[in-house]
Amino acid sequence: MTKKNIKIAVASGKGGTGKTTISTNLARAIAKNRRAAQYLDCDVEEPNGHIFLKPEIQKSKAVTIDVPEVDNEKCNGCGRCSDICQYNAIVSLKKVVVTFDQLCHSCGGCKLVCPTSAITDKAKEIGFVDIGVAKEIGFIQGRLNIGDIHTPPLIKEVKKAASSDSVIVIDAPPGTSCPVIEAIKDCDFVVLVTEPTPFGLNDLRLAVGMVRELKLPFAVVINRSDAGDDEVLKYCSKEKIDVALEIRDDIEIAKAYSKGEMIVDVAADYERGFIDLFDYIDKNIQLQEKLI
Amino acid sequence: MKVAVTAQGRDLASEIDLRFGRAKYLLVVDTETNEFEVCDNTVNLNAAQGAGVQTGMNIANLDVDAVITGNVGPNAFRTLNAADVKIFLAKKCSVQEAIDKMKSGELTAQESANVEGHWV
Repeated sequence: MTKKNIKIAVASGKGGTGKTTISTNLARAIAKNRRAAQYLDCDVEEPNGHIFLKPEIQKSKAVTIDVPEVDNEKCNGCGRCSDICQYNAIVSLKKVVVTFDQLCHSCGGCKLVCPTSAITDKAKEIGFVDIGVAKEIGFIQGRLNIGDIHTPPLIKEVKKAASSDSVIVIDAPPGTSCPVIEAIKDCDFVVLVTEPTPFGLNDLRLAVGMVRELKLPFAVVINRSDAGDDEVLKYCSKEKIDVALEIRDDIEIAKAYSKGEMIVDVAADYERGFIDLFDYIDKNIQLQEKLI
Repeated sequence: MKVAVTAQGRDLASEIDLRFGRAKYLLVVDTETNEFEVCDNTVNLNAAQGAGVQTGMNIANLDVDAVITGNVGPNAFRTLNAADVKIFLAKKCSVQEAIDKMKSGELTAQESANVEGHWV
């Protein structure tokens, strides 16, 4: 049986390689030619897939996390709350307990160990999840409040908002740390976007290390493939990594991009490339399913 | 008066540590007798986050009236403020010089943090 609700993450070590370009076009190509698709913008610190997809947002919901609130009247100053906190988000001083919302990871440990029930949960808003449609595809994005650092919990909410009956394309944040791990960790396949430059290769190596650590199947897409050198291709061949798509450094793409337009709308052969990319991923996932 | 000074070494001749949260040592000096005790703060040197908060709590537990350091961020300031510990900032000098400067009134108590916090 064909698995319908497959999750594809589009990630990269390096920023600016084209994650949003690849993920928006891939989602559109899937929805137009293959199956129902949703695009999830998990780059919540700077979501910009909406520029290409121009969605109609139907609802926005605030996302909150629980942080401790202390009733100093009830506190007996035992200090167990600050002893258990691994992030120094709560300190018990002689007369008063001080909390630091930005350091809190919402584990709830302080509340559990408090012998006088002086600690309760307080909801702290960290950002928003917007849900809507962009032509034929479902659109969901996270928006982290400016100055907030609770990126992973917001990404988790964006992923929860997705429906389970379509292909999900996740636009991940750049880098190799907590936010991108949260975005890609339960995906069926990861597309690593890079560019053929020393910078692209350096950060691709880091990203490959990350997906191998997570034991996720992956392939590489090279953007502006004829712009630099062939070191990325050599690396992929040596490491036996599939290069699933190469996109030329084409002035027409650059023009469309600068106007916030999609590659698949520029020329039919580009759309073909994204359909082939999806078919490659789909085949790969179905093959793994059979192996399990 | 009991004053905690963030220090790079274990005696009064050592230089003050300009970093508050990740200071190596805390020297607790009695300004009347010039006697002092050394507290090791190295556990915070490699803290992932919240080093200022933790050092602030350590200082609060030392029952001092004031602290002399180089810089103080917003979280450390809030912690020390809640513990009623006055904060004095000094430039590069020895612990003894910092104590002398405070006694002669050259250092003024901080009303707010003087540097930004660093988020993880």
